[in-house]
Amino acid sequence: MNLLLDLEARWFFAGVLGLLVVASLVGALLARTTRSEAGQSVVRNLNARIRAWWFMAAFFGAAVVAGHGASVLLFAAMSFLALREFVTLVPTRRGDHRPLFWSFFVILPVHYYFVWTEWYGLFSILIPVYACLWIPIRAAMAGETEDFLARTARVQWGLLVCIYFVSYAPALLTLPIPGYEGENAKLLLFLVCVVQMSDVLQYVWGKLFGRTPIAPRVSPSKTVEGFAGGIASAVALGAGLWWITPFTPWQAAGMALAICLMGFSGGLVMSAIKRDRGVKDFGALIEGHGGMLDRIDSLCFSAPLFFHLTRYFFT
Amino acid sequence: MIATFLAWWIRLFTGAHARWPKGLLDAPAPRIFFANHTSNLDFVVLWSVLPPPVRRRTRAAAARDYWNGGPVRRWLASSVFNVVLIERKQVTRANNPVRDLGAVLQAGDSIILFPEGGRFSEPEPMPFKSGLFHLALEQPGAQLVPVWIDNLNRVLPKGELIAIPFLCSVTLGAPLARIEGETKEAFAERARAAVIALRGH
Repeated sequence: MNLLLDLEARWFFAGVLGLLVVASLVGALLARTTRSEAGQSVVRNLNARIRAWWFMAAFFGAAVVAGHGASVLLFAAMSFLALREFVTLVPTRRGDHRPLFWSFFVILPVHYYFVWTEWYGLFSILIPVYACLWIPIRAAMAGETEDFLARTARVQWGLLVCIYFVSYAPALLTLPIPGYEGENAKLLLFLVCVVQMSDVLQYVWGKLFGRTPIAPRVSPSKTVEGFAGGIASAVALGAGLWWITPFTPWQAAGMALAICLMGFSGGLVMSAIKRDRGVKDFGALIEGHGGMLDRIDSLCFSAPLFFHLTRYFFT
Repeated sequence: MIATFLAWWIRLFTGAHARWPKGLLDAPAPRIFFANHTSNLDFVVLWSVLPPPVRRRTRAAAARDYWNGGPVRRWLASSVFNVVLIERKQVTRANNPVRDLGAVLQAGDSIILFPEGGRFSEPEPMPFKSGLFHLALEQPGAQLVPVWIDNLNRVLPKGELIAIPFLCSVTLGAPLARIEGETKEAFAERARAAVIALRGH
């Protein structure tokens, strides 16, 4: 079914559009009224983020409206960009060249092919079983033993986080939910909206009221106030979006809470990797946001849980 | 046409972008871009990240023994990238690279040069050969621009056929000052240090 003919989806898109317009207006207002040097730098970054949100929302919205194939293709491209940032940041050696060739040019396309053809059996085991077996075999064949276990683990981790976990988002389109046939695209909208708004709201609450660092060693910018306020409001938002999902309002709130907690954890884990490597961002792909992996770290962790909760309880 | 397409494709593949000091590429002067060399893709990437007007007038110096070895390489060297083939095995008066490259600079074109004289996979560049010194001496009008190419050795290491997408970057530095009466060795070391200094910027 064409998503644009769906009344609920239309309301959803109108809401996103309204939110972006309001955000841009607030950004413009702040740019006019902020005086201090530090404040101006924050506002500049904020406005860069808002501009990027317009593009990201347009890209994502267009792909979801275009349908199953386009959505799968978009997430495959996101996985490619994320994996490229990941392997660039972690140290690799000459002996990793062939395992990485397999990761980028065989495992990634084959995995998304299974998402596209809705072959759940192989989709769910290709990377955790076959790829995770093959990567160390290929690395051993390459003959380089230095740092072998850590190198292998890095590639396997990159595959899991950047490809496997992310792909659970488009895999939502393949779930057979009784009474919700042909409407799964809205489940994908729900997940992405809640997880990204959770990030945004944590940022806003943190900037407005943030005092107490929640994990000072891992991520100095995350605060208890941002965490609590952001997650509470994102859960309220998720509950308020129950009408585009197969859930009741309470179920939608529970799902949103699971999404938000996993999203926060994803951001925390990826921050730990960045701190260890001594960088602030994974890349510079999206102005104001950093790289692809900086933007989707929360999605990487929340998509698998959301998929399996939905699959277990609703199919 | 093919070259522009390849330039676009390699920028997409490696996400490569260039940084340079403000105003460096504004003047029309011919330049000698000299860079570290770890991969066959080095000159393609450096060439592809230059702004199109500069790119159109920049030619890479490439080893004749390598780029003449087979029809595909020959075609890439002559028809696609219009490289300046230079001799590195048996240099004679007739095929002296300094003379050939000097003619290119005299015509107003810029040159990409890898002064290590080959590809190496060490973390730091090898000592520079003397070609850059002689060329610089004979072409006082040319700007000497140091370049650090980052991560290309991971994209396509020596001996591998298939490139892996790593994010790459190209950093251009301020032109090397010319010092009257400097020895060959001191110049080579200063030029090499200028390239290394751009790493991690």
